[in-house]
Order: sequence, then structure tokens, then C-alpha cells
Amino acid sequence: MTRPAATGVAAWWEAIRRDRKATIGAALLGIFVLVALAGPYLAGDPDALVGIPLQPPSAQHWLGTNGQGQDVLAQVVVGTRVSLAIGFAVGLAVVLFGALVGVTAGYFGGRVDGLLSILFNVFLVLPGLPLAIVIAAYLPSGPLTLALVLVVTGWAWNARVLRAQTLALRQRDFVAAAVVAGESNFRILTREILPNMMSLVVAQTIGSTVYAIGAQVGLEFLGLGDVSAITWGTNLYWAQNDSALLTGAWWTFAPTGLCVALVGFALTMLNSGFDEVTNPRLQMERAWRAHLLARGRPATRSTPVVPDHD
Amino acid sequence: MTEPLLAVRDLCVDYVTDRGPVRAVDRVSLDLAPGEILGVGGESGSGKSTLAQALLRILPPPAVISGGSARFEGRDLLALSETELRGLRWQRMSMVFQSAMDALNPVMPVGEQIVDTLLAHGAGPAEAARARAGELLEMVGIPADRVAAYAHQLSGGMRQRVGIALALALEPSLVILDEPTTALDVIVEREILEHIRGLQRRLGFAVLFITHDLARMLQFADRVAIFYAAQLVEIGPAATLRDAARHPYTQGLLRAFPSLRSAAGERASIPGAPPSLAHPPAGCRFHPRCPRAVDLCRQRSPELLTLAPGHAAACHLAG
Amino acid sequence: MRFLLRRLGFYLLAGWVALTLNFFLPRLMPGDPATALFARFRGRLAPEAMAALRETFGLTDAPLWSQYLTYLGHALRGDLGISVAYFPSPVTAVIATGLVWTLFLAGTAVVVSFALGTLLGVAAAWWRRGWVDTWLPAALVFLGAFPYFWLAMVALYGLGFTLGWFPLGHAYGDDLTPGLNAAFLVDVARHAVLPIGTIVVATLGGWLLSMRNTMIGVLGSDYVNLARAKGLPPARVALRYAARNALLPSVTGFGMALGFVLGGSLLTEIVFSYPGQGYLLVQAVRNQDYPLMQGIFLVITLAVLGANWLVDVVYLWLDPRTRESGS
Repeated sequence: MTRPAATGVAAWWEAIRRDRKATIGAALLGIFVLVALAGPYLAGDPDALVGIPLQPPSAQHWLGTNGQGQDVLAQVVVGTRVSLAIGFAVGLAVVLFGALVGVTAGYFGGRVDGLLSILFNVFLVLPGLPLAIVIAAYLPSGPLTLALVLVVTGWAWNARVLRAQTLALRQRDFVAAAVVAGESNFRILTREILPNMMSLVVAQTIGSTVYAIGAQVGLEFLGLGDVSAITWGTNLYWAQNDSALLTGAWWTFAPTGLCVALVGFALTMLNSGFDEVTNPRLQMERAWRAHLLARGRPATRSTPVVPDHD
Repeated sequence: MTEPLLAVRDLCVDYVTDRGPVRAVDRVSLDLAPGEILGVGGESGSGKSTLAQALLRILPPPAVISGGSARFEGRDLLALSETELRGLRWQRMSMVFQSAMDALNPVMPVGEQIVDTLLAHGAGPAEAARARAGELLEMVGIPADRVAAYAHQLSGGMRQRVGIALALALEPSLVILDEPTTALDVIVEREILEHIRGLQRRLGFAVLFITHDLARMLQFADRVAIFYAAQLVEIGPAATLRDAARHPYTQGLLRAFPSLRSAAGERASIPGAPPSLAHPPAGCRFHPRCPRAVDLCRQRSPELLTLAPGHAAACHLAG
Repeated sequence: MRFLLRRLGFYLLAGWVALTLNFFLPRLMPGDPATALFARFRGRLAPEAMAALRETFGLTDAPLWSQYLTYLGHALRGDLGISVAYFPSPVTAVIATGLVWTLFLAGTAVVVSFALGTLLGVAAAWWRRGWVDTWLPAALVFLGAFPYFWLAMVALYGLGFTLGWFPLGHAYGDDLTPGLNAAFLVDVARHAVLPIGTIVVATLGGWLLSMRNTMIGVLGSDYVNLARAKGLPPARVALRYAARNALLPSVTGFGMALGFVLGGSLLTEIVFSYPGQGYLLVQAVRNQDYPLMQGIFLVITLAVLGANWLVDVVYLWLDPRTRESGS
């Protein structure tokens, strides 16, 4: 049986192939990416007023029409592109910025660490949504403002996690050896430390993307995005605005929310599948349980007795 | 001949990994008489701790007992149910862990952890148990008022003593000491071992003393068993092994430990490293490092040969 | 005790950062903030309102540091300016009308969710591969992937509108007068079920998984192993030895997540037209009522900081190792 790579991006492919959770997650994500890329060309014009407002799903309009009389399916499909794009971009940016601060703090220690730690701890404790609102309110509405606000409120968590990892790695022998050998800080960081953090960085990016998509939708729901743009969040904003709920027009908000959840779920599955494959403890237990099952023994708390007839 | 307190026959313990089972204890047989101190020595990973924890059936997954038998006080340890095991553990057989300091619950006062044990085995009521906890602490040399202390407030040596007090709380007939003093400095180590010996003489329990410190073990134990690569390679009275060990590994270990009386330069460590238990060498497992290995050693695994009453070694060249 | 004082100092620092952010943000706008404000509100505000606005932001002709000190002085006295949308009500008065509802909603939801999630997490870790561990976490993670407010919409639509089991919004019926009488309290409870339920369902998965994973780690530790070896009853091992220790990182995580959960609960309020800060926030955004927006930000931040400090107190009580002063 092939053994997964201990660290590194290659481990991700292994995880996607071997673990069912990761496979499902990757497949689901792939579908959404496809929709984001190709969908707008196939779904028709979302801005066009194609029918009577608030019509339930029908053969003509698979997801019905919204409060303005636009096709809901087209709105959802077109919205996918912007929502995913901002989500991925912000997810990456948040990790990069967090890595910059976190790795610096963890590697250099001392006063640098003290100052940077206070910085990200403060940002961690300040509530994100109200902060995002006050910042976004002063800037022109649009994707850039949204991205900026999301990065400002989201980077601190990554700084904390990556700092902890850097601290742990710094204690390791191979780093000490490099320091003694007189390698420059830059080399140590780029050759010894960062490569060993790659799996964590990828996991954090995935987690941050989930955050970015959710937070983005939340802010747009409040009306802080560009309400004339078509994204998942603005779909929900208009649905609330047009009192969709109280008129029973569930189709105006249900599909969008479902999409957000499915993408978030897919990304989370990817992450947890990866963890299952690389966490050596979980791996060991799996083989053990399989062995017991094959011999018809229950998995007891005390060490089980499973004679193999040698 | 009285029945031994503990009779282990051909015991096998495997770790089930996704690359197949790894045998951590390979057909080990030994006896322990009541009130006897048996030292178990060998390098790390040789199977000593695994054997001890297997007796109490507390090895975590992915461990599995895959063969042999173990009888304790006439009962088959491998056939006991969860409830029976709970009754046996601590009451009849207890253990002091290597990391007894880390084996204490950090959020509970140490006294309460002793009381827990007492109450769990019916040594109530609570008042009596609390008093007894104080007595036990005194017995291991800790002032009784430390009953309310938390683990982090005690020194390493004191925490280890709490571990011993815990092990003796229900007056078991067998106490397993798994590297009880490895993490302590030599002076504290000696104090504690002396203390245990005193208690042992007074209360009469048998001791399974696991350590990699051969010199210490030879001072302390009545009989000694040496493990190598999951197998028992030599067993006999401490004096015999100290002066007339027959297995090359035991001899190598003895040479590796300096004694104040030996001349300088007589020390020599055993070349090489212990084999991987997943892929042990063919034949005798020690042969790659053995200075006296012959062709037979490479081909056939030696059986445990009785060389004298109570002394056996697993070596083709010992008989 | 030193631990608590250190934490308090940290929260004071964070509060100061929030105040300072509030001061500098209006000055982020391109151009002179005063002119920019005037341009935005031209024709929509009476001169008195404009003057009040300038006053709030300290947009005088004094040098920057002087404006800053004036602003700090105002804030520390509890004067957060005058609301634009609710002119001439002071911001603090406007916020006060909704604060208790937000605290009630978010507070109850967070406590219930954490308690329930933690208990389920302990169960999931203890009975690995049982039904609690197999289905529940995955289902709850899936539910947690939905935005809170979307779940709120679904709940409102399904249980409120379609099935009519619960009221369609607000904190209490119009026909009742607020007061500490049974009828009113029951009505408040009825109105609170859906909003609180939504937040609980959305956040439960997170607490459960986090506690489960910590528990699994703790269950492999030496002291749990010893507890089992001592023959202690399983319930005691699970609760007093394992869960009690696993609770510590969970409580830390709880503090960190408070701000996030509060954000989600604000959005939930909007869906249910709950008369809390969320509703006020939407109005403030819509009307570009900056003083109110910033006031809400400050008040919510202070609430979260205060709650965090309370969590630290709880942590101190839970972990005897933190009680040593200067160890």
C-alpha cells in the first residue's frame, strides 16, 4: 500500500484519492467552479425582466422569479462567479497576510513577537462584523472595499495559528542545525520553515475561504456590497428587501443559501478528509478497528485479546 | 511448589497498523512468585512496558493481545470481562507509570485522586477514605496536609511518590513499576527505591520493576529478566546475572554500565542499534550486533534454554 | 489574580484601539472629512444636525491631537454623539433601546449552544463510532455551513409562516405591555424560540467538533490512562478526568468565538425584525448614520470585551494552574 507524503502539496492529491470525504468535497467544489466559469454564458441574462415577479418555479423558470421579475436561476448562476472569486481571493490574501505577521512573530521572537502578538490578539478580540461595517461604510461600495474589509477582520486568526506552528518548527533540530551553520534568516525561513508548513497553510487557506464566502454574503445581506451587482449576498439582500419570506416566495432565497452551504461544506470536507489521511493516530486506529471487525471482536476499552492462530 | 503469583506463557502482543501487525511482545514466558521483586531490563522499545500494560489490559489502540496466556492469582487475565478487570485493577495489581508526574489529573487535588481510587473499590465511606489518603501520603514521605495540593504545586519527586501512594492504596499483591525514577535525579531516585523496598518488606507485595538502568535493577531486584527486540533473552537470579550472565546481550549491557569499582577503559557500548520490530532479522534477533554470532545464529531463532535452576538464556552458544 | 489583571489590561488596550479606529475612520474618506460629510448629507440635514455631526467627530479646526483628546473625553464620559437618522436623540439613547434585546438573544443562544455542543462533544468522543459520533457532527457541520441569517429565513418561513407554530418576528406581541409579569415573559419566550434556535443550530456543530477533538486528545493522555487503570467507574473517568480537562481549551475557544457569534446574531435579528442592535445597524447603514454606526460598534465591542473578561474569570476558576501568581 503506498504511503502518503508526510507533508507537502502532494499529500492533498493522496487525500482526495483515498478518503471519501475529501473526494466528495473536491467533486462538489469542482461543480461549483465549473458553474462559475461556464455558467454565465449558459444561464441567460440575470438582469432581464423576464416575467411576473415572485412566480414559483416552473418549466420556464426553473427557480422561479424574484421580486423584480428576474430569473432566479440566472441570478444564482451569475452570482456564483463573483462570490467564489472574492471568496478564494480573500481566503488567500488573509492567509498570506496572517502568515507574514505570524511567521515573523514566531521566528524572531522577543520584542517583535510581543508587539505582533498584541496586534493580532487585539484584532482577534474585536468583533468582526461591526468593525467591517464601520470600515466599509466610509469607503465606496464595491468588491475592493468588500475584500479589504474582509481581510482586515479575518487575518488575525491565521496569524495566531501560523505563529504557533512556526514556534514549534523553530525548536526542531534541523532548524537549529541551519542556524548553527550560519544560514541567513531568509534562507532558513524559505528553505526550512515554510516548506514544512505547507499542509497547514493549505488547510488554513481552505478554512479562510469558507470564512470569506460566509462573511461576504453577510455583509452584502446588510447592504454593504454593491447592491446593483449580482452576487449570492445581494440576492439575499433583495430577497429580504422584497419581503420574500412573508409572501411565501421561498425560491428567492433558498437556492442561494443552499449554494453557500454546499460550497462551505465541500471545502470543510476537503479539509477534514485531509486530516483523516495525515493524522497518524487516526490512521492507526482505523487499521486496528478493521482487524477487530474481521475477527468478530468488539472494540473494547481494555486491550482486546485476538489470538491469531500462528 | 506453590503456584506462582503471575504465570505468563508465550504471551504475544501486536500493534495493528495499516501496514500489517507489528509484534511488540513475542512469545514471552515468565513466572513471578508472591513477594518477589523481578527486574525487567532492556533497551527502549524492547517490549518491557508493553508487557506490563498488557497484563493490566490498558494498552491503547492499536494494541491487541494476539496469543499466549497470563494467569494471575489463579485467574486468566485474558478472559476477564470489563467489570472483572475493573475489580482486579488496582485492588490486586497496580502500576506506577514512568511519567507518574504526568499521570496526575492537573485539575484535581492529589488527595482527591487517592480518595477516588479508594471509593471506587468500596473502601468508603468518604470520611474514612480521606483519612486513609492522608495516611498513604505519610507512608511515602509526604506531609499529610499536601492532600489538598494540585499536581503542579508539587516537585517531580513528590509527584512520583504520590504515584506510589496511589499504587499501594488498595494493598495489591503485585505492583508494577514502569521506569518509576527515570525522570528524577539520582539521589531522589535512590531514596524512592529504598522507600519502596522498605514498604515491600513491610507489606509483602510482589514487584515487577521495569527499567533500562541495569545497574540499579541488579541492586534492587531478586531476579532479573532481560528483553531484546520483543523477546525474553535471559532470566535468572540477580546475583547470577551480575556475575555469570550467559547471553551476549546481557553481557554487553553489563559492560556498558560503569561501576565505581571497575577500572577505567573497561566500558564498551554495544555496536549497532536495536532492530525494527516490523522487520526483525532472521534467526536470533541479536545476531547482527553479537560479537560471537555463528551461522546457526543467522538461521535459527534460539529457544529459552534452562542452564541452571531458575536461570535460562535464549542463545545457541549458552548451553 | 495577576492573570486577570493582565487580561484586563489587554482588554483596555483593545478598547482603546476600537476608540482610536472610530476616530480615524471618518478621516479615511478622501478629502477633508468635514467637507465630504457635508457633501454627502447636503440637502438632507438641517444645519443643527450638521453641527452636531461635526461635533461628534470632533471635526473642528483644532489640530489633530487636540481633536483626538476631545473625542476621547467625550467617549469616556459616555457621550457618543447625536444620531443622524434619529436626530436629535443621542446615540447612547438610541442604542439603549435595543441593547437588552441583543444581549438577551445572543447571550442565551451562545450559552445554550456552548453547553449543548460541549456535552454532545464529550458524548461523541467517549462513544466513538456510536451514532452520536457518526451522524451528528457531519449533519451539524452541514447546517453550520449555512449563513445564520439564511437559516433564520428558512426557520421563519417554515415554522413561522407555513406552519404557524411561532410568531413572525419582533420580541413580543404588540398587545402586551412590557413588565415582569408571567404573560409578558411567556410571550417573550415564544418570540425568542426561533431566533435563539436558529443561532444554536448554526453554531452547535462548531462547539461539538471542537470539544470532541479535544476530548479525543485528552483520552489518550497519561492521567486518563491511569484513571482507567485504577479501575474508576467510566462515568467518573469521562467527566472528572477527561472532560474537565478538555473543557479548558474549549473555554478559551469560546471567548475567541464570541465576537463572531455576535455578528451572526445581529444578522439573525434583522430577519426576525428583533428590536436589537442588528435592526439599528441596518437603519444606520441605510441612512449613512455614521455616529450611530460607530456608536454601535463601540458598544458591541465593549460588550464582547467584557464577556471575554468574564470567560477569563471562569477559566481561572476551572484551571488551578493559572491561580499561581507570578509562577
